Amino acid sequence: MRLQRSRKVPDWHEYLACRRESTEHAILADFFAGADLSPDLLISEAPLMALDLETTGLDPRKAEIVSIGLVPFSLSRIHLPKRRYWVVRPHRVLEPASVTLHHITHADIQGAPRIEEVMPEVLEIMTGHLPVVHYRRIERPFLDVAARSTWGEELSFPVIDTMSLEARIHRQSLVARFKRWIGRPPASIRLHDSRLRYGLPHYHGHHAVVDSLATAELLQAQIAGHYSPDTPISMLWS
Amino acid sequence: MQAELLEISQHLGRFPPFEGLPEALLDEVAAQVQVSYFKAGTQILELDAENHEFGYIRSGAVEVTRRNGGLYDRLGEGDIFGHFGLMRNHRVRFPAKAMEDTLVYFIPEAMFHRLCDLDEDFADFVEVDRPRLESAVESRKRENDMLATRVRKLVTFAPLMVKASASVQQAACQISDAQGSAVLVLDEPGDRPRYTVEDDEGKLWQVVGILTDSDFRTRVVAEGLSPDTAVSEIVERKLIAIQSDESVQEAMLCMLSNNIHHLPVMQRRSPVGMLHLSDVVRHETQSSLYLVNSIFHQTSIESLAQLAPDVHTAVIRMVHDGADSHMIGMALSAIGRSFMRRLLELAEEELGPPPVAYCFMALGSIARNEQTVVTDQDNALVLSDDFDPALHDDYFMLMARRVSDGLAACGYAYCKGDIMATNPRWRQPLSVWKRYFSEWIEQPSAEGLLHSSIFFDLDPVQGEDSLVEALQDLVSSMAPQHPRFLAAMARNALGRKPPLGFFRTFVMEKDGKHNNSINLKRRGTAPMVDLIRVHALACGSRAQNSFERLDDIDRTQLLASGVSDQLRYAMEFLSMSRIRHQVIDLENEQEPDNNIEPENVTSEERHHLKDAFQTLSNAQKFLKFRYPMTR
Repeated sequence: MRLQRSRKVPDWHEYLACRRESTEHAILADFFAGADLSPDLLISEAPLMALDLETTGLDPRKAEIVSIGLVPFSLSRIHLPKRRYWVVRPHRVLEPASVTLHHITHADIQGAPRIEEVMPEVLEIMTGHLPVVHYRRIERPFLDVAARSTWGEELSFPVIDTMSLEARIHRQSLVARFKRWIGRPPASIRLHDSRLRYGLPHYHGHHAVVDSLATAELLQAQIAGHYSPDTPISMLWS
Repeated sequence: MQAELLEISQHLGRFPPFEGLPEALLDEVAAQVQVSYFKAGTQILELDAENHEFGYIRSGAVEVTRRNGGLYDRLGEGDIFGHFGLMRNHRVRFPAKAMEDTLVYFIPEAMFHRLCDLDEDFADFVEVDRPRLESAVESRKRENDMLATRVRKLVTFAPLMVKASASVQQAACQISDAQGSAVLVLDEPGDRPRYTVEDDEGKLWQVVGILTDSDFRTRVVAEGLSPDTAVSEIVERKLIAIQSDESVQEAMLCMLSNNIHHLPVMQRRSPVGMLHLSDVVRHETQSSLYLVNSIFHQTSIESLAQLAPDVHTAVIRMVHDGADSHMIGMALSAIGRSFMRRLLELAEEELGPPPVAYCFMALGSIARNEQTVVTDQDNALVLSDDFDPALHDDYFMLMARRVSDGLAACGYAYCKGDIMATNPRWRQPLSVWKRYFSEWIEQPSAEGLLHSSIFFDLDPVQGEDSLVEALQDLVSSMAPQHPRFLAAMARNALGRKPPLGFFRTFVMEKDGKHNNSINLKRRGTAPMVDLIRVHALACGSRAQNSFERLDDIDRTQLLASGVSDQLRYAMEFLSMSRIRHQVIDLENEQEPDNNIEPENVTSEERHHLKDAFQTLSNAQKFLKFRYPMTR
């Protein structure tokens, strides 16, 4: 009996090699070269980079990025002093609803650069790191849209998604499925609720750096609780 | 402002030693934080590993152990660890382990040293043992106006002085002319160089005493003496004076403990003024001095008992004024003694003059001048050896009963162990008392030791002081000669162990178990007093007060340098915490007790108490080593 559904993971090696050949831009070429981490690399040795975006909405075709947070880390230390943070001026007018969500106001974005201006630097800093996000369906598609408008090329890369790790443990495990079968509501796998299960403190979210930090802490806790430092990254990425 | 760091800097700012830091500095700390998560059971710092940062617990719990694996401390949210090594050789001295899933903020060494340089409170806090407590105690002192105010500020006129050869009439005229109420008496230089003064012509005199308005009434007019009588014939050659740079509080205590209304003020060797009770009262209305004054004006037990609530008011006042435990202990003891004295005076009025000389003796906390609001009466009667039980005991039995019942009416509970003068065993002539004391010292027994801790704090209250002083002499000369007795006392002093400290809202015991309240007397001040007493007895000290005993101990090489200061600060902090919590109870109209509940303790106080308990525990270890227990 299989306890877990098999996960369909893209062949990152092939994708990255292909993109490295096809790209016309040096920054992208470097990024794809740097992103090609060996699947056998142990998580304890992987150069990790927590990544979080605040956006004006959830649909990358309509919404835009307003801020980007990056925090490099390893299993033993989260290097907050090396954090990076950008506020980005969207092309469309900010809607009041999104302002209440991420607290970035019209005043904050006044004079901030466009996404196309910061993308080279963001990508440069991410180069060589394995990004860690909570809910991969935001960061990757939004950065893809940003790359298309910056360079006219698509962008993808492997990530570790703490939400899907949490789902594996709390949604797809035999115990979780049994609980659901007897009518228990599924465990919440949102960032804040996931953190509580590991005794992590409450942070006021929706700042890209704070959420990056929160995500990095969550991954440290997940590895300590359910995996081992010797887990190869291919077991974790998606 | 960096919004992303607010989360961290705000959290840091809620806990010592960060809470006092300016915001800019807090932001600087937050910007340097590196974070790490530890699953329960994971080692955070390994013994002797190299270390260049210290940890701040953001969530979870950490157990810190000693080199030998014994529990050193348990830490929770907001506590710091790993800083000891940064001040030594960058090796982990106290290994740390996560007890629960724990999130740690690591702060680099350079920031640590910068904080120590920039912020004195931070430096004091991380410096182990003494200085942290010291600064807590001292900063509290700095806040107190009464302590800061010097006696000389209250002095307005130069004192009146009269030669001992003058007549009482001349003296009275001099007082009247100056509209004063007392005059200092000068005589030929003698054995008290401290009170020697030089007059305008360069001749030396000695201030020998003081004559007050009431002396003219009681010693001259009432006695029917002639106005020509020389001052030297009526002046009592006993001068109590104070130096001008002492605090007003000190002056007040001096007046309190001697029950005097006039206090000459000396600057070095010359009298510069005269302080009257009313000067101090004007400065300090509602004071305990005022209370003592009214105790002596009461004419019945009933009216004395009505003053009981004023004792509480006086304590509350003193605590709010920032008085230290020594002062509060002195004042409360002075008040207690005043009740006893007045009750004895009333008893003598009722029963007639005593048939033989006696001294009413205070024992325990009141003898040490360390009384608090929660107290019972420990007292005894030492009688002259002329005492004949068949003839005289009825008198002293009644006297003892009057005092004991009176004290009970005034809020001093009867002694549960029956150590009161009403017990015939504790109402004996001096020779019997000497035998008791000698036996306790020469043949230490369980019962004798039980008594020793109470009876070896003893002080005269009323009557013939020399009777009690004879016992003090006996103890101070015999005790140092009897190592077996000292060892037994030391063993007794080790019976009550301080708790390890606090962990979250619990008091932690050595075995790692928790308690939700702590008896600060039983676990703190009492073992401290016991311990100091053993050293004091070994030194042949005659002091009764723990702080004064430490002064005597200091004059010997008994304790390593700095240790007595540590004990002083720990004793002060434990005592003040106890008093402050009693005052909180009083203000909430609850029965005050010696218990404090950790949830009512601020995080700062928690840290200081932890240090104080640690100091006590170290001192107990030394005691064990210094007085080996050979059974």
